[in-house]
Amino acid sequence: MRQLQRPVAIVSWASFETPNEPARNEVEMLLPVVQEALQKAGLTQNQIGFTVSGSSDYLQGFPFAFVGALDAVGAWPPIRESHVEMDGAFALYEAVNVLQEPGIDTALVYAFARPSRGELDRTLVLQLDPYAVAPLWPDARGLAGLQAQAMRDSGRFGDVPDVPATTVADGATAVVLAVGARARELTDTPVWIRGIDHRIEPAALGVRDLTSSPSAEQAARSVGVDDVDAAWLHALYPHQELLLRSALGLHGQRVDAKAGPMMVGGLERFAAAAAGISGGASKRAVAHATSGPCLQQNLVAVLEAEK
Amino acid sequence: MSRRVAVVGVGQTKYAAKRQDVSMPGLVREAAKRALDDAGMTWSDIDAVVIGKAPDMFEGVMMPELYLADALGATGKPMMRVHTAGSVGGSTAIAASHLVASGVHRRVLVVCFEKQSESNATWALSIRLPFTGGNVTGAGGYFAPVIRAYMRRANAPDHIGIKVAVKDRLNALKNPYAHLHLPDITEDTVRESPMLWDPIRYLETCPSSDGACAIVLADEDAAKAAPNPPAWIHGTAWRSEPTMGAGRDVVNPHAGRDCAKDLYAQAGITDPRRDIDCAEVYVPFSWYEPMWMENLGFTDEGAGWKMVDDGATSLDGDLPINPSGGVLSSNPIGASGLIRFAESALQVRGMAGEHQVDGARRALGHAYGGGAQFFAMWIVGSEKA
Repeated sequence: MRQLQRPVAIVSWASFETPNEPARNEVEMLLPVVQEALQKAGLTQNQIGFTVSGSSDYLQGFPFAFVGALDAVGAWPPIRESHVEMDGAFALYEAVNVLQEPGIDTALVYAFARPSRGELDRTLVLQLDPYAVAPLWPDARGLAGLQAQAMRDSGRFGDVPDVPATTVADGATAVVLAVGARARELTDTPVWIRGIDHRIEPAALGVRDLTSSPSAEQAARSVGVDDVDAAWLHALYPHQELLLRSALGLHGQRVDAKAGPMMVGGLERFAAAAAGISGGASKRAVAHATSGPCLQQNLVAVLEAEK
Repeated sequence: MSRRVAVVGVGQTKYAAKRQDVSMPGLVREAAKRALDDAGMTWSDIDAVVIGKAPDMFEGVMMPELYLADALGATGKPMMRVHTAGSVGGSTAIAASHLVASGVHRRVLVVCFEKQSESNATWALSIRLPFTGGNVTGAGGYFAPVIRAYMRRANAPDHIGIKVAVKDRLNALKNPYAHLHLPDITEDTVRESPMLWDPIRYLETCPSSDGACAIVLADEDAAKAAPNPPAWIHGTAWRSEPTMGAGRDVVNPHAGRDCAKDLYAQAGITDPRRDIDCAEVYVPFSWYEPMWMENLGFTDEGAGWKMVDDGATSLDGDLPINPSGGVLSSNPIGASGLIRFAESALQVRGMAGEHQVDGARRALGHAYGGGAQFFAMWIVGSEKA
């Protein structure tokens, strides 16, 4: 992966999370989060160069569901905008690339989900091979259990924690990015994205070595995670944290691992890492996001404080 | 764009109502392999894979990039999936072009598809929100009143949609990949076909298709090594507006006009009608051709239907629109935008076969989606920008 020509920083962020949002729909939940992130950056939507988000129609429960989120953003006059049906961390990756275009200096990235409305463990089955695997309905927690058991059987991980219930949380996260001098105009504590990359593994669990995370290792190698003093990891279950620590070569660094809301949790790690770095708790840290069953796809970034 | 980007490979599947001869991986590989062959590349030459498609409910597979990763040679690579409703084929190409323009990747495989026979597309397009009444079935139900409004504003005669429907299906006869091959189509058969959503008749409506389209994007160095002529990207633009809002003009959307302006400025186009040789434009219902002619600035507001009536948009007109047969002839929904972008590239590469527009050196690819609120467009040319 080649170096970024135009350096990109996180200049503001906002997050909301609850085990169960009883009253507001996704758009109503997202609106104050987007407003907060923009206000903290001192920007209005009109001043944002590119807007991109991550969400899942299946979690929202109907096709084209992501379209309604534009009401939370205020897309008038019309905006330069796109969307990935992935965790918001991958939308952030897209934003970093688009920001390499001269003339596009700021980006708003957001993610939202309300999985408490459905049965997350079963909805995630729809990610699997539709012809041969999904009809057996192996729920997400069950698949995670397969990985935890493989780790135990390998004997290489010491005490592998039990697999708790899949985290179900509702929420939204918004992050504002800016390029170079623009970032410094918008905040005294820009958090620079020194490198960002992601890799994916094959779909079939039988083809993969579930006791390692090759995609996390490859992404980490690509961005270079030496010299980090902390890591904000997107681990959907405790045993995944063990695997990720190993894949990223983390020994003794401060590690903050959580799942967060599905589709949001990865972007939330970027927000949390930015908060940690700008608040002085870390100088250089990993932010990580995962997607798919048993850590199938992994995104790794290195964030750094302004020197 | 910061770095030059070119289309060096294009691949399409045969579009059909039901591709029961292939699985989803088989379908996408058919297009991807053809694109790689055209580009003189193998799977291992590709740095990153970007897929795009419409809602997951069209197949019943959530986040299909996960399931399709190894089928598309993406193991160990970055892989993303774009979803911007009907414009997705276009925005996927644009998102991927940024991966190359930024200098981060050198060769990117873009694949858009829909295997909508696996689910029920009309159900998936008839959105029922909680606590709201349902007046609309299918996309045509949403757009019919918009088309009626255009016809009234422009004082357009009734036969214009029928002319477009015939023109596009006759063009499709020259495109072996097209879903609909209707050699016996005439204005009379279109007029006599059942009315689905007044004024949209059955034969003025796009089919529901399974299919995939793939392109390979490359930077300047990689393009040098390509065996077939590249199509150079001269500009890309995307714009979105909300579904509902007091200032919206659903008939001639602000986002579409802004998108085209941005695009023309990037590509140095001052007179679109003169500077562009042909265009692949997202027309799922026949009347959208004259409407987009106005929205894209090829003619004045209210005059789009005259371009159709005069034959300007025919294959032998001065601005051929949809020489491939367009969305009216093949519509795997998630792929249709990329098919427009890919066909525009084939035109300026001189590789469009029987539906080649002679001497096409600059072409427009266009896609739209949602409630006519998402727009993605590009200009490609035979020469570097």
